[in-house]
Amino acid sequence: MKEKILAVLEQREGQIKKVSYEVLSLANRLSRQLACESEAIIIGDEISNILELNNYSSDKIIHFKNSRLNYYSSSAYSKIISDFVNEDQFSIVIFPNTAMGIDLAPRVAVKTNSAIATDCIKVELNEGNLFFTKPVYAGKSLINFRINSERKVFTIRPNIFKAEKSDAGKASIEVKEVSELDLRTKVTSYKKSEGKLDVSEADIIVSGGRGMKGPENFHLIEELAEALGAAVGASRAVVDAGWRPHREQVGQTGKTVSPTLYVACGISGAIQHLAGMSSSKYIVAINKDKDAPIFNVADYGIAGDVFEILPALTQEIKKLKS
Amino acid sequence: MKIAVCVSHVPDTATRIKIGTDRKSIDNTGVTFVINPYDEFAIEEALKTKEKLGGDSSTISITVGDDSAKETIRKVLALGIDEAVLLKTDKNPDSLSVAKALAEEIKSLGSEIVFFGKQSVDYDSGIIGQLTAELLGFNCISVVVDLNIEGNKVIAEREIEGGREVVESELPIVITAQKGLNQPRYATLKGIMAAKKKNITEKQIQINDISVEIAEMNLPPSKQPGRIVGTDVTAVPELVRLLREEAKVI
Ligand SMILES: Cc1cc2nc3c(=O)[nH]c(=O)nc-3n(C[C@H](O)[C@H](O)[C@H](O)COP(=O)(O)OP(=O)(O)OC[C@H]3O[C@@H](n4cnc5c(N)ncnc54)[C@H](O)[C@@H]3O)c2cc1C
Ligand SMILES: Nc1ncnc2c1ncn2[C@@H]1O[C@H](COP(=O)(O)O)[C@@H](O)[C@H]1O
Repeated sequence: MKEKILAVLEQREGQIKKVSYEVLSLANRLSRQLACESEAIIIGDEISNILELNNYSSDKIIHFKNSRLNYYSSSAYSKIISDFVNEDQFSIVIFPNTAMGIDLAPRVAVKTNSAIATDCIKVELNEGNLFFTKPVYAGKSLINFRINSERKVFTIRPNIFKAEKSDAGKASIEVKEVSELDLRTKVTSYKKSEGKLDVSEADIIVSGGRGMKGPENFHLIEELAEALGAAVGASRAVVDAGWRPHREQVGQTGKTVSPTLYVACGISGAIQHLAGMSSSKYIVAINKDKDAPIFNVADYGIAGDVFEILPALTQEIKKLKS
Repeated sequence: MKIAVCVSHVPDTATRIKIGTDRKSIDNTGVTFVINPYDEFAIEEALKTKEKLGGDSSTISITVGDDSAKETIRKVLALGIDEAVLLKTDKNPDSLSVAKALAEEIKSLGSEIVFFGKQSVDYDSGIIGQLTAELLGFNCISVVVDLNIEGNKVIAEREIEGGREVVESELPIVITAQKGLNQPRYATLKGIMAAKKKNITEKQIQINDISVEIAEMNLPPSKQPGRIVGTDVTAVPELVRLLREEAKVI
């Protein structure tokens, strides 16, 4: 099969998601390295910022459109993508490793007779072969692997691959109205959670653990998060205690995150917690126990009382930003 | 109807990983294996679904693995699952091979409601439920935190970034369970005793091609332990300076 790359982009509520630029940039890089064509596909109704894609690609981008595609439908979306992959003979199909991407990619893999790998953090060409790296055992180790099928479907972890602007010219965006939809499985509504920013999409995360002593003290975490423009995270201990919702849990059985900055407050650093956040670029720990394991992975730490440090830190950040 | 639940057998999350001599997998010596944490929610939901459907419905668990998985399967039976199948292989199969074996077994059982965990905490792929559904031609809703099955109709909520989606579908269905779906029960002494008498059907399976081929496994680059800037509020300005000038992250 001749190499040809398809980048599958994602929008939600008519807005292109940031990770789409990362997928597109990776497709561009691989198409240069493999000297092959690449295209992109995006599914949805109106997409208000679709022209943003011009900054990242000069390729053909196909927008499959229908008013009933504003909400996700695994059956409809996977059929559209698979038909397109089969007809246009794409050999490499890249998805973001998001709730939608990871739901879609395996279905597309089966429908297009391809093998699949998820959550890749590195994709490299070596002597004509693609080698992939993905974390396993919640990041406690990494595997380097090849996909042996002729067609390859894989997903990439958000926030790892660079979104690179391209100055090669504008993309050609083609709109295709889809008439027949397989809506056997479809989203009928979307409930946004009150929390502002989700840990899996945040660039900075401020997390609290049992050292916060009770849910009534989490305003200290929220205020620092607000000052930093960060999302609020939590350890499992405080989620299990019902102080914080599960969606905020970071760790092996919570979310795996790799933000630029992770601030752990009153978190001991149990192996299951570290598994979810140790790939953060910078880690700050505030813990009154100087021997807490969190300090083994922290870049900077204050071995002190969160109730004393957090208000001062929030003040200092606010001062800086004003 | 048989309600099926697919269970994987994984190292306890507290395990410190050592790379095996083959440099492609972990060293299992001294590692305790447990029911995959997300599969506990899948098992609980299968039990609840059987209680709700009543009649002649029963529950069955399916595991692809080697003999060592039997210990974990007994724990599944102790929780109240009626019977189990172990699809035996000594190979270390990739996701697609596992899904093919599971799909074939589910087809022969005639199950129309199948539960999975959202992710297995060994290879952390999060796809076997969706792959199996697609191979069977079943509908599928992944990462489910709320589920309601009435007759043929399925309404579920799935967790996504920053919210939840309400999803409608129909039987036959595959559901992959996320924490929050339910509160898994503990095994009772009575359950543990009863499990000893329950049947584990063993079948040898053939894994043909492994399409995802591991070249090597490595530990992540270790991090240099950082700096403790201080022990009280006086350290705050220095911390902020470091974040700004050295790390350049704020
Ligand atoms: C199957 C399984 C899966 C798990 N998955 C996860 C997971 O996904 N995520 C996760 O986080 N955990 C997970 N765990 C739990 C994990 O083992 C720990 O129990 C948990 O992370 C501890 O949370 P913590 O650090 O908030 O609490 P603790 O371990 O109790 O630590 C509290 C810390 O706060 C410090 N402290 C107390 N008071 C103050 C103060 N005033 N100022 C500053 N510091 C203070 C203490 O020194 C201590 O270090 C899992 C466990 C199991 C068995
Ligand atoms: N070897 C296995 N045998 C049976 N079920 C499995 C096996 N591996 C994974 N599963 C199921 O598939 C889900 C997702 O696994 P994975 O795609 O490997 O992350 C798990 O939560 C299990 O329900």
